[in-house]
Amino acid sequence: MAELIPGIDSSQRHLGFVWGPGDLLAYETQYKPTGAQHAAQSCPFVHVVRKDEDIYSPILRKLFNESHHIFVGLQNMKDDVPISTRDTALATQYGNQVSILLAVELIWNLCEVLFIEAAPAGSLLLHLLDWVRLHKADVDEKAQEVLQSECPAEHQAYWDVTVCYILQGRIDEARQILLKQASQQPAARVTFKLMDSLLMKMPIYNPGGTQTLTEFDVKWRRWHQECDRCLQDNSFASHPHLELICKILVGDEDTLLEQREHLSTWYHFLVTRLLYCHPTVKPTELHYYAQASMDMFLDGRSAPEPLDSILLAAFEFDIHQVIKDCSIALNNWWFVAHLTDLLDHCKLLQSHNLHFGSNLREFLLLEYASGLFTHHSLWQLAVDYFDHCPEFGRVYLELQIERVPLDTERKALKVLRICEQRQMAEQVRSICKIMAKKALRNNRLGSALSWSIRAKDAAFATLISERFLQDYCTHGTFSDLDLIDNLGSAMLLSDRLTFLGKYREFHKLYAEKQFAEAARLLLSLMTAKIAPRSFWMTLLTDALPLLEQKQVIFSADQTYELMHCLEELTTGKVAPETELSMQEDNIEATKIELLRLALARNLALAIVKEGTLEA
Amino acid sequence: MFVARSIAAEHKDLIHDVSFDFHGRRMATSSSDQSVKVWDKSEDGEWHCTASWKTHSGSVWRVTWAHPEFGQVLASCSFDRTAAIWEELVGESNDKQRGQRHWVRLAAGMKSLGHIESQPFLVCPASVPSFFCALQVKRTTLVDSRTSVTDVKFAPKHMGLVVTTCSADGVVRIYEAPDVMNLSQWSLQHEISCKLSCSCISWNPSSSRAHPPMIAVGSDDSSTTYSGKVQIYEYNENTRKYAKAETLTTVTDPVHDVSFAPNLGRSFHVLAVASKDVRIFKLIPLSRKESIPTGPTRFEVQVVAQFDSHNSQVWRVSWNITSTLLASSGDDGCVRLWKANYMDNWKCTGVLKGDGSLVNGAPSQASSLSSSVGTPTQGSLNGTSAGRTGTRTSFSPPMPGLQSPKIHQHTAYY
Repeated sequence: MAELIPGIDSSQRHLGFVWGPGDLLAYETQYKPTGAQHAAQSCPFVHVVRKDEDIYSPILRKLFNESHHIFVGLQNMKDDVPISTRDTALATQYGNQVSILLAVELIWNLCEVLFIEAAPAGSLLLHLLDWVRLHKADVDEKAQEVLQSECPAEHQAYWDVTVCYILQGRIDEARQILLKQASQQPAARVTFKLMDSLLMKMPIYNPGGTQTLTEFDVKWRRWHQECDRCLQDNSFASHPHLELICKILVGDEDTLLEQREHLSTWYHFLVTRLLYCHPTVKPTELHYYAQASMDMFLDGRSAPEPLDSILLAAFEFDIHQVIKDCSIALNNWWFVAHLTDLLDHCKLLQSHNLHFGSNLREFLLLEYASGLFTHHSLWQLAVDYFDHCPEFGRVYLELQIERVPLDTERKALKVLRICEQRQMAEQVRSICKIMAKKALRNNRLGSALSWSIRAKDAAFATLISERFLQDYCTHGTFSDLDLIDNLGSAMLLSDRLTFLGKYREFHKLYAEKQFAEAARLLLSLMTAKIAPRSFWMTLLTDALPLLEQKQVIFSADQTYELMHCLEELTTGKVAPETELSMQEDNIEATKIELLRLALARNLALAIVKEGTLEA
Repeated sequence: MFVARSIAAEHKDLIHDVSFDFHGRRMATSSSDQSVKVWDKSEDGEWHCTASWKTHSGSVWRVTWAHPEFGQVLASCSFDRTAAIWEELVGESNDKQRGQRHWVRLAAGMKSLGHIESQPFLVCPASVPSFFCALQVKRTTLVDSRTSVTDVKFAPKHMGLVVTTCSADGVVRIYEAPDVMNLSQWSLQHEISCKLSCSCISWNPSSSRAHPPMIAVGSDDSSTTYSGKVQIYEYNENTRKYAKAETLTTVTDPVHDVSFAPNLGRSFHVLAVASKDVRIFKLIPLSRKESIPTGPTRFEVQVVAQFDSHNSQVWRVSWNITSTLLASSGDDGCVRLWKANYMDNWKCTGVLKGDGSLVNGAPSQASSLSSSVGTPTQGSLNGTSAGRTGTRTSFSPPMPGLQSPKIHQHTAYY
């Protein structure tokens, strides 16, 4: 049962581990009290141990995808609509998979017949016959081979096929194939004719017909006696094959057991016996026959395998035992999760056990969906499963979805949409924050800003706005214009972002030659303290060309305010210390002189203009 | 379970810790060779070492990742009496390149006496092309502690960027980066004296408002004079300090690891303890009425499960993401997986062990718990795959309890 990790001696060293998403890492280590240094060479490997291999099988992935659609469909089905697997074509869709799933299909189909169809006496046997025929289809291949040969009646497998048809209760097909033999043996015509009439007369229950079960039973007993009589008076003594068939028809136990090769399984044996001994078997009686058939058929030759126990539990209508045994014997949670869910929807779990029926369903669905979540694309299916787990589905989804690697913006948006649809505010915030951080690391300022706006992260938005403004100061242009131009109310997230948005608005107005508007905005950025003090000099420099325009743009009052801002900025400045800053200071001093001059000139012009207008 | 791949770790000495980042795409390994290596998973699922550098001047016990909201940040702790915090810097040119990544030490040291000095610090891993080393960063050095730093853990992200260390001298220290934009500044927020040599810490991950920040501290003190080798500390809003809320008095043997399970929106907490056995505790907060209104929360402590199948000391315990599985590692050289069924009964569902020696028999069951009700356990954890052989009859492996058919009193009607 233990999984071996190569190259590690467990008696000498410890096995260290760490949980990863879906995987477990294991490595050799030594947990001993502090400081002990080991000179011994250690195993230099870290081993990735995977829990659920099926997730990575391409064939099963198709199955997971298919069953997801059906699962979601089932959850949305209205309660009062009776569920029949025939209607929803579950059988064909769930089935039709590779050989690994044959056993699963076998169990599934039996559960359908017993639990979901809940066929009453009479039709129960018909369903069981269908079930056996479906899973013992090799007869058809052989029959094909026989019929296509030059002389079917002389084919070596001829009688095998005939007997198999009889064992599966495929009477019409048996009669047809017997005709071929009859035409080859004119001498035995009468015997063949007798067999044909026996087979023809065999009553088959018709659930949709008017005949009652009792009437059928009477008819069947009469037929059974007739077969028995034929056997007693040695009608087929001359023809051993036909005698064998007749013995099967009367349900002779020893004869059936001799056909072990053709029956191949105890459950085929069971169904054949029921067909020729107890065609009106009731569901409640089924498990007596099942147990006995299994014991007789295996006869101590081989121990029952898990599959046998599961089928037996199903014949006993012990749903919980079926689910339990399947969980242990099968490789993944797919089967039990879906089976339990279906049974739960059919209200079968509650009726069996009131208090934990719903929990069992949820437990299994959570296990299955958690497994899917470790896969790089199947995780999207798991979301729907979690959605339909009322108790823990939400918490599981929260824990799992935030671990989905956000490799690309596209994937991040996909994850984000899922979280937003479910009002998972914290996960939404966290994803946006991670993406913002990542974008900033990669120097993609625009992306970082839009993610931090989505995350409503004011501190981060401030930081990025600063970076934008720094970039502007060094390069003289803005990047990501369409983002900044369309901030809208998002710019209120942080003061610095507001400033960035408004400052960009100023540039736009200026470019559109709406100078008065631009001037008013520029001034308000300083007077309303939206602009950081460190940026005022840049703003005042931006005012220069406006002051230099031919027409007066800043009014006298506005000019006073600008002058006030300039004074506020220049007073209390510390004297420069280094050579470098001295140079910078010289440039700044020249700038201030220029500004003062421009402001004074503009003030004069403005006073004159305003005085003239008033006059 | 199966070994999907093996990665050559290339450490020159024993590996002490391996840690996945939050999304499982990156991995960090720490070793007695005093180095930490960072590994990145490529598109094809292969792991590549993208950074390797000397982090400490002693064995590096533990390495752990901060939440990606705070960037690419690692913490390590060592026998050299320091813990260190590292941030990856991305150079202008190497963003998409396969080249080695650059990690810088943000803070080192253990114990703060309010004395912080900053100095330019260059990190230059041996294998890094020289132009990456043109980066200068500030290293914040804190005055060292006297003893080995045994564990380092980041607090849950809703508390901000908070890192906790514990040391052999019995002190738990909680540091915080007040400005998450500038991770070179760390300040010591709390110092908790546990009186016993500390070996491990675990934060309660619950972000519920009903649960104040809580940390479990384990001690590997071997004296039997002090019982209660696991202490629970809780943050008190009023005093703004951490105070002891509970001592798990039933844990009398040295404790090597503690681990809180994800909360799952429940009112109670689940804590796994690695001592001479694996124990799972349930901590149920008592209502305010039963405890002092302003004091720490009082708990009702229940043992949910106890497993002694490691035979001797258990060294690590850890939960998977949704806490449906607990893994433990012990002196038997095995990693064992524990799982609860829907009736909350715990069982061993898998074992990993080295192939170099044999461990006798099948894993024993939970010692104190047995279940008469159905216990779905994952078949694939049992080593053999039932369906892969492709034949319907190979429904192996025969599981205990499935080997014999049920015996019915009723015989055939036939």
